[in-house]
Amino acid sequence: MIVVENLHKSFREVKAVQNVSFKAEDGKITGLLGPNGAGKSTTLRVLYTVLRPDSGLATIDGFNVVEDPLGARARIGTLPHGSGLYPHLTARENIAYYAKLYDMASETIDESVQNVIDQLNINDFADRKTKGFSQGQRTKVSLARSLVHGPQNILLDEPSNGLDVMATRSLRDLIRQLKATGTCVLFSSHVMQEVAALCDEIVIIASGQVAIHDSPDGIRNATGCDDLEDAFVKAISMVEVAA
Amino acid sequence: MKTIRTVFFKEIVDNFRDRRTLISALLMGPLFGPILFAFVINLTVSQSLENAEEALELPVIGAEHAPNLIQFLESRNIDIETGPENREAAIEAVSLGEKDVVIVISEDFGDHLAEMIPATVEVITDQANTTAERETRRARRALSAYAQEIAAMRLTVRGVSPLVMRPLNIDEVDVSTPSGRSAILLGMLSYFFLFALLTGGMNLAIDATAGERERGSLEPLLCLPVKRDELIFGKIGASCLFMAISLSISLTCFHFVLRFMPLQELGMTPNFGPVVVLLAFLLLVPFALVGASLMTLVASFTKSFKEAQTWVSVVLLAPTMPILIVSILQVRPSTELMFIPSLSQHLLLVDLIRNEPVNLTHAAVSVIGTLVIGGILTWVCARLYRREGLLG
Repeated sequence: MIVVENLHKSFREVKAVQNVSFKAEDGKITGLLGPNGAGKSTTLRVLYTVLRPDSGLATIDGFNVVEDPLGARARIGTLPHGSGLYPHLTARENIAYYAKLYDMASETIDESVQNVIDQLNINDFADRKTKGFSQGQRTKVSLARSLVHGPQNILLDEPSNGLDVMATRSLRDLIRQLKATGTCVLFSSHVMQEVAALCDEIVIIASGQVAIHDSPDGIRNATGCDDLEDAFVKAISMVEVAA
Repeated sequence: MKTIRTVFFKEIVDNFRDRRTLISALLMGPLFGPILFAFVINLTVSQSLENAEEALELPVIGAEHAPNLIQFLESRNIDIETGPENREAAIEAVSLGEKDVVIVISEDFGDHLAEMIPATVEVITDQANTTAERETRRARRALSAYAQEIAAMRLTVRGVSPLVMRPLNIDEVDVSTPSGRSAILLGMLSYFFLFALLTGGMNLAIDATAGERERGSLEPLLCLPVKRDELIFGKIGASCLFMAISLSISLTCFHFVLRFMPLQELGMTPNFGPVVVLLAFLLLVPFALVGASLMTLVASFTKSFKEAQTWVSVVLLAPTMPILIVSILQVRPSTELMFIPSLSQHLLLVDLIRNEPVNLTHAAVSVIGTLVIGGILTWVCARLYRREGLLG
C-alpha cells in the first residue's frame, strides 16, 4: 500500500508538486492521470526515493521514503520513464543483475528469473543481447527485471509509451494479473482510455495538484460528464482556473 | 559488500563485451607507448650511427692552395668535393640551404703558413640550420686538429716540447652508468605507462556514469534497495581492474620491445627485466584508484557520453603536469614529493630503470599517499552520487 500525504516538491521556482495526497491500495490498480508536466513523474520519483520531497509524507507499506529509503525501495518494483537496459547483456542477464541487487538468495535467482520470463512471455528473446531490441521488447524486459523479486508494490511511469496495440494489450493483461495476486499497482499515464480501461481508482493531477481522486464512475458523476475524456478535460480546467 | 561484488562483476562482463572499451583498454592504450618509443629510438639510433660512419662530403673552394690540409682532411674520412666557383656563390648556396657548410681557403694560404702569419680558412655555415650543425662541427674539429698538428711541428723544430702548449690536462670522468644514461630517454616511459593505465579504464568510467544516465538505466538502478555508495564503489573497482590490466600489458610490451631495440648502440642498457616489470607494476598500480575515481568524478558532471569523453580526455593529460615541471626544474626525489600522485610514480620508476636502489620510505609514502588521495576522490564520488541532481 502506498500513502501520499500533502506532498510538496519544487525545483527552484517551479512548483512541480503541491499538496498532493492519495492512497493506492493493495489488490487495486491506481492510475495517476494528467497532462504532460502535471507532476506525475515527480510524484513517482519521490515514491521511489530518487527525489526528496520538500515537505509532506510518503510511505510504502508503512516505510517512510525519506527516513528509510532502503526499506521503501525493497518493497517496490519500478519502471521509471524511458528505462534503459544494458545493451551488451542478454535479457536474462539484465534481469538476473537486478535479482542479485535485490539481494535474492543466489540459489533461487535462476528459478525466479525463469519464472518472470515465462510470466512476461519473453522466452523467444531472453538469451539475446538487448542491443537492437524493439521498444516493446525493451519495456517487457524492464518490467521483468522490476518484478523478479515479487514486490508488493509496483510503480510504472508511462509504461505504454511507444508500445503498439499488441504490446499494450499484453501489458494490460499483466497489470490485471498483478492485481489479482494482491499487488498494489500505481501507474501514470496521459492517455485517458488506458486509465479508464484498467483502473479501479483514478487520481487526476494537473499543475502539480490533485484535481479529483475517485473511481471512474465517481469521476463521471462529480464532473457531470458521461465520457471520461470530457470529465478529464473538465477536471483539469477546474484546477487550472483555480491556479 | 555483496552489492559491490555484483556491480563489479557486471561492469567487467558488460565491458569485456564492448568492442570500444576493449580496443582502447587492451590495444590502443598499452601499445601506443611501446610503438611510439620503438619508432623514436630506431630513428635516433640509425641517425647517430649513420653520421658517425658516413664520410662527410665537404665542398672546398681553393683546395689547390692547400694540398697538405686536403690530404689531412681526407685521412679523417672527409670527402673533398669541388665547391661553388667563388665565395659569393658559396654564401648564397649555404643561405639557400643547398649546401650545409662550405670551406674557403684563401689564395695566400700557403704563403702565410710559410711566413707563420695565421692563414685564413673560412667556414661558411648557417647557424640557424640545425641539420648543418653537426657537419660544421665535424669540419671545424678536423681543421683545429690540423692547426694543432702544425703548431706541434713548429715547436718540435725549434726544440720545444709540444707539451708546453698543454698546461692543463683536462680529464672528464663520466660516472654515469649505461643504465643511468638511458634514464633520460626512458624518463618518458613513466608517462606512457600512466597514459596506458588511464586509457584502460576511461571508457568504463564514462560508461558507468554518463553512459548509464544517457541510456536511461541509471534511474531504475537507483530505485533498487542498495546503497549508492556501494554502486559507485563497484564501478570504480571495475575501472581500476581495467586500468591494471592495461598497465600490465603495457609493461610487458615494453619488456619485449626494449629487448629487441639496439639501445646498447646508444650507450644505454635499460634495466627492464621481469623483476623490474613486476616492481614497476606494484609501484604504478595504486595510481589506478586516483585515475578511476577522478574520471568517474569528472564524468558524473557531464550530461552525455560525448561530453564526458571530452572532459575525461583532459584527465589523460593531468599526469604530465607534475612530470613536466619536475623535469624542467631538475628536482631530486624527496619524501615530500612522494605525496604527489604521478610525480612519485615517475621518480620511483626512473630510479628503478637506472638500476639504482629504490628508497623504501619513498616507495611506501608513494603507495600509501596515492591510495589515500584515491580514497578521498572515491569518497567525493560517493557523495556526488547521493545528490538528487545526479539524474540531470
